[in-house]
Amino acid sequence: MSLQAEVLVDGKCGQGAALTLTQPISFWGGVDAKSGRIVDVRHPQHGQSVAGRVLFLPGTIGSSSASAVLLELVHNGHAPAAIVLHELDAILLLGLIVAREMGWRTPMALRLDKSRFGHFSGRNVQVSPQARLSVCAEGITP
Amino acid sequence: MAMRIVAESARLLGASRLIPIASAHIDGALYHGDSGTLFAEKLVEGKAKVAIRSTLNVGALDLTGCVRIRLEKPQRDMARRMMEAYRKLGCETSWTCAPYQAGHRPAFGTDVAWGESNAVVFCNSVLGARTNRYGDFLDIACAIAGRAPDYGLHRPESRRARLIFDVTALPASFLASEAAWPILGSLYGREVGDAIGVVTGVTCHPGEDALKAFGAAAASSGAVGLFHIAGVTPESPDSETALGGAEPETIVRVTPQLAAAARARLSTAEHPKTVDAVAVGSPHLSSNEFAALEHLIAERHLAVPLYACTGRHVLGRLESTGRRKALEAAGVVIVADTCVVVTPILPDMAGGVLMTNSGKFAHYAPGNTGYSVLYGSLADCVESAVAGKPIFMDIVA
Repeated sequence: MSLQAEVLVDGKCGQGAALTLTQPISFWGGVDAKSGRIVDVRHPQHGQSVAGRVLFLPGTIGSSSASAVLLELVHNGHAPAAIVLHELDAILLLGLIVAREMGWRTPMALRLDKSRFGHFSGRNVQVSPQARLSVCAEGITP
Repeated sequence: MAMRIVAESARLLGASRLIPIASAHIDGALYHGDSGTLFAEKLVEGKAKVAIRSTLNVGALDLTGCVRIRLEKPQRDMARRMMEAYRKLGCETSWTCAPYQAGHRPAFGTDVAWGESNAVVFCNSVLGARTNRYGDFLDIACAIAGRAPDYGLHRPESRRARLIFDVTALPASFLASEAAWPILGSLYGREVGDAIGVVTGVTCHPGEDALKAFGAAAASSGAVGLFHIAGVTPESPDSETALGGAEPETIVRVTPQLAAAARARLSTAEHPKTVDAVAVGSPHLSSNEFAALEHLIAERHLAVPLYACTGRHVLGRLESTGRRKALEAAGVVIVADTCVVVTPILPDMAGGVLMTNSGKFAHYAPGNTGYSVLYGSLADCVESAVAGKPIFMDIVA
């Protein structure tokens, strides 16, 4: 199966295991800029890493430094393979816009209603250049 | 490059035009990794300069030398280069998250581009100036361009409250206490998310430092950019005005039980027997808050360090009055230009317990420092620092 998402910020297409957050997150203070690990102890996905994942975000909260954390993750190679947002967060996505200005390869940021996130939970997800999200043939991820 | 970033953000936000802005507060000079330094230096290389008054938020180093930062040399050098690059761009070296208490107070109704979530919420709510929550990089890009995308909180129709957060059921003694405001702010942010609400049931002005604490906590637990308090904040002489004459979509009735639960959520340490450190000053302490701290310490010696974070605007006054020496002699560690949750200052201690009166520290300290936190009033914090173990002076809410 596949679903069409809306492109928020264009970037390279990617593939990775889905990481679906069940609560909104603040990237600054919530995600370690060095490793991509979720360090907010109050977050249900605490301890998981966003690096290389197709990250499904139901929402974002908190600090206006989220863009700096995302820029750093792009620069050090620990960015998500793609970012799928329920609603646009200009602060977070600014990290991708600046990364592009710096000439770094950025993941794609897409918009998709969070009611559709469930289709991809626990699966390997491919993001096409046309912003179609599809479950990879190999199915369930470890 | 700055103008391209502003224009691309405007496209993303659906803004049809850019508007002139009167000032900026820049949150981008905090070192999170080399990428931010490289970006700032690229702007400097392009000979960019800010077009409007621009103050700087905290950096990762204490350039005043009050406290030692535990950053390794490569990171320290990159953090210093970053702070230097922002200075070269023409920003004021204010290095504070409370610029509004350091002489940067835009007039009511003016459009500005501010970063740092607590500064944004104070600027909108308490000063009545108009800013969105500018993220790192867009703030400096707008400051260089002198323009910002016309959307969101710049537009009067977007500033209207849609819900009521009613605290009438809380005891007046609780609302008069300093500890109430971070707790209520944290609950408010959690309840409203990114919506705009008007707080009702506040019968007397709680003071600027209380509003500062409320906003900082609210912007930590939710995506809050603007709040109204009926009879207190400038766009809200009463709740009807804040709501723009419309009916509220939701009414949150805050009970003492809800406030108590919000207070409990601010702590992550479970029944700790000791306190390893105390941290206050998020947002940065004002002169009045230092006076309260000094009064509570009452010339006693602290058993564990109490980190008091502030800006140069206050440090100068503490030094000229001789109070810095007295505070440090009591065991207070003054931190200037930065704070304990944005850069490694606290001793690296597995299982450490940090006590704080700040809703923002309580929110971010576990993730950023590895310490578990215990929330208390300023009086609780001082008594616990004197005793080296948790001491609560009063049970609130």
